[in-house]
Amino acid sequence: MGDEPAESLAWVLAVWLPLVGVIVIGASGLPGLFLRRDSAAGERVSATLHVLGAAAALAGAIVSVVAGGAASLNVAWGLPIGSFRVEVDGLSAAFLVPLILVPALGSVFGVRYWSQREHPRSGRKLRAFYGVLAASLILLTIARDGVLFLLSWEGMALSAYFLVTTDDRDPEARAAGWVYFVATHVGTLALFAFFAVLYEATGSLGLDALPAGSATLGVTTTLFLLGLVGFGLKAGIMPLHVWLPGAHAAAPSHVSAVLSGVVLKTGIYGLARMTSMLPDPPVFWGGLVLTLGVISGVAGVVFAIAQHDLKRLLAYHSIENVGIIVMGLGLAMLGRSMGRPDWIALGLGGAILHVWNHSFFKSLLFFSAGSVIHQIHTREIDRMGGLARTMPITAVMFLCGAVAICGLPPLNGFVSELLVYLGLLRTLGPADGSSAAGAAFAAPALALIGALAAACFVKVFGAVFLGSPREARAHTAHESPRAMLIPMAILAAVCIGVGLLPSVAAPLLDGASRAWTSGWGGTARSLQEVAPLWWVSGMSAGVWIGAAACVYALRRRVRPREIARVGTWDCGYAAPSARMQYSASSLAQLLVGIFGWIVHPREHGPHVRGLFPRPGKYHSHVHDVVLDEWILPAMRWIAGQTMRMRVLQTGRIQVYILYILGALVALILSIVPVLDLLGRLVTQ
Amino acid sequence: MNSAADAMLVLVLLLNFFVLGSSRIRSIIYTVAAQGVLLGILPVLVHGELGVRETIVSVGAIALKAVFIPRMLMRAMADLPIRREIEPLVGFRLSLLLGAAGTGISLALAARLPTAGTTGAQLLVPASFATILTGFIVLTTRVKAITQVLGYLVLENGIFIFGLLLLKAMPFLVEVGVLLDLFVAIFVMGIMINHISREFSSISTERLSALKE
Repeated sequence: MGDEPAESLAWVLAVWLPLVGVIVIGASGLPGLFLRRDSAAGERVSATLHVLGAAAALAGAIVSVVAGGAASLNVAWGLPIGSFRVEVDGLSAAFLVPLILVPALGSVFGVRYWSQREHPRSGRKLRAFYGVLAASLILLTIARDGVLFLLSWEGMALSAYFLVTTDDRDPEARAAGWVYFVATHVGTLALFAFFAVLYEATGSLGLDALPAGSATLGVTTTLFLLGLVGFGLKAGIMPLHVWLPGAHAAAPSHVSAVLSGVVLKTGIYGLARMTSMLPDPPVFWGGLVLTLGVISGVAGVVFAIAQHDLKRLLAYHSIENVGIIVMGLGLAMLGRSMGRPDWIALGLGGAILHVWNHSFFKSLLFFSAGSVIHQIHTREIDRMGGLARTMPITAVMFLCGAVAICGLPPLNGFVSELLVYLGLLRTLGPADGSSAAGAAFAAPALALIGALAAACFVKVFGAVFLGSPREARAHTAHESPRAMLIPMAILAAVCIGVGLLPSVAAPLLDGASRAWTSGWGGTARSLQEVAPLWWVSGMSAGVWIGAAACVYALRRRVRPREIARVGTWDCGYAAPSARMQYSASSLAQLLVGIFGWIVHPREHGPHVRGLFPRPGKYHSHVHDVVLDEWILPAMRWIAGQTMRMRVLQTGRIQVYILYILGALVALILSIVPVLDLLGRLVTQ
Repeated sequence: MNSAADAMLVLVLLLNFFVLGSSRIRSIIYTVAAQGVLLGILPVLVHGELGVRETIVSVGAIALKAVFIPRMLMRAMADLPIRREIEPLVGFRLSLLLGAAGTGISLALAARLPTAGTTGAQLLVPASFATILTGFIVLTTRVKAITQVLGYLVLENGIFIFGLLLLKAMPFLVEVGVLLDLFVAIFVMGIMINHISREFSSISTERLSALKE
């Protein structure tokens, strides 16, 4: 597609508008640095600039989709390697939409959520790095040069680190930031290796498709595995997710929304871009990706159920949803290996639509969770309760996000999960002899994920918003200001809109499929041909009408006056308190017990003896099995072993200089053919 | 012309031995300053012409190596209660022997390196290696912080001599790099000396080992 010669206005706009957006967004936090630390002007200026830049970038993405080509720009720069090469093709455009929209809404949300007045110490830093993060996200999505890609990748990783540690007086935030920092750099290391191998194999650092047969299977598999580790760490695929829960919990809520909704998606973007580049994928690549997706999905949601911290819970749901996305991607890769364009259309379409949906509903959930935390000042689910009365709009928003994330009609999560289902079920049919029946096992896993997610959000919504308040603060909580509600309302509207009219998104998804397949000259099928999108619209509309009818009927039958407020029946106990409700932990206990072999729950309770036991305390917690049981012990072992090297640390500067001398001599010896020289010395 | 340059380099080598053999810090400073003057003249002699580039490097080297840094060190000496390096880790005679061995190895090695003969002066590469080695010997065997600074200066002088090889090929970058490097090193060492004398009321780096975890 890139061979259209016309340098038309649309093409120029499609490249330059995102670049202008990158500059404006990247600088959006800077004016605030020169203002007083408690001045409200800084936060307004930054949000305004951010929204303006986002509008420009979004316009560019839309222009590129409408123009239907791949607009590009290539400028040499002063660095000895790489060049400033950007291109907006279908795949970039499809990722750009959520990558632009969510941070912009987050910056508006943040004006009141993390105001300079309440956080004079960290507010300016937060806004400066927030802009850099959002700008890097756009740049890395349109970068087509390896060096530019890595630069923006690191820009994103570092600014995200400073955002996670916004509250750097909190030791928990510092620890989470540290884990994130290590994890992200392990990923970057893998990506450096990826580009080094790519350069060895092709002589170019460009993110372009490798021609078929240009590299051996060993080389492409090495590239694939390196990319899988590098991008998988960012995306949070299950064994590589260790940084994710802590970082999401410690960051301010709108940053969590961006981390979960958008930053993870850059890992998905990298995987999608990489799999479109590498030629002739064997079947096992797709199988591996699909398996990882199933593991992330199931384990993510199981861990989520066991959490007590609202934001950690949402973070584990991100892992689950990344699992669903990766399942779709794995299906598309299988389709490519086995020559099934319909699997590609459904798998990739479902994956990218789920990228959209997850970034919208997860941001919505993080925003509303942030509103709650802003009022209650705790992240413990078991200390909330009864907030639907004091914060009704937030409760409705959270409910909207919860229904969407569970993949229930009529909201958007249902549509993308349906696409993945349809694709997975198609692997059964031996239509033209090719089938991958093993892949169909992912379908029941997807069903399990959906059911467990629903159970989890029943627990969360019930414990946070229903029942009676468990803490005094919940009585005095009040609804969030409009600046926080409007971003949520926009996100909820998008969730409802995509659920009602998924066909509107279909051209963007088809564009992404075309860009994905064009690299290796495959055929892309339109999503409309293989999926009953209009049926989905009809069904969603039907559900909405049915729900509206039910509400209307209920309203007519029950008059508000007739509702009496009485306590729940409490088995005749004389002095019940608000703490004697079903708690989130007790609701989740059954499921946590069933999946105890995955989550390893720990309980510390009193031994109840006799008829009148003494007062006791019960405490249960679930740590991250991969981080706390595998990685940290391994790291501690390595640290213990390296303590033996402490003998080298004598404390004498003279000895250290000797080390330098030794290293220098060793270097010279490695370059100069010393033995040869010495031999000649002797013979002369 | 090149014989003049070689003569200068021989002088530089002799000064190296003086640095290794002397215990009086003041005279070491004078020696290093004298070495700086020699190095300042060298670029002109090696390249046999007085172009703008050679002038800048010469004047810069003399100003820094022969005037500015020695004066700073002298001023530091005025504030400090020490005059001699009394207890080096390796004795003066042994360090002289080490220096002689290092110079011999440098001469033998450099004659067979592929870089030899690209420029007029025969002694350029061996003198550079020998001076670097001398710097390392001083750095690793002396205890007082100020002698450490001097050792570092000698080391930098060696690198400067090597840089003369590249003056034609990669002119400005190398020189600025060398001078800047030196300047930063002096800066850091100056701070170190200040801190040591203030915190430990002694300027022996041996006390630094108390900072080991």
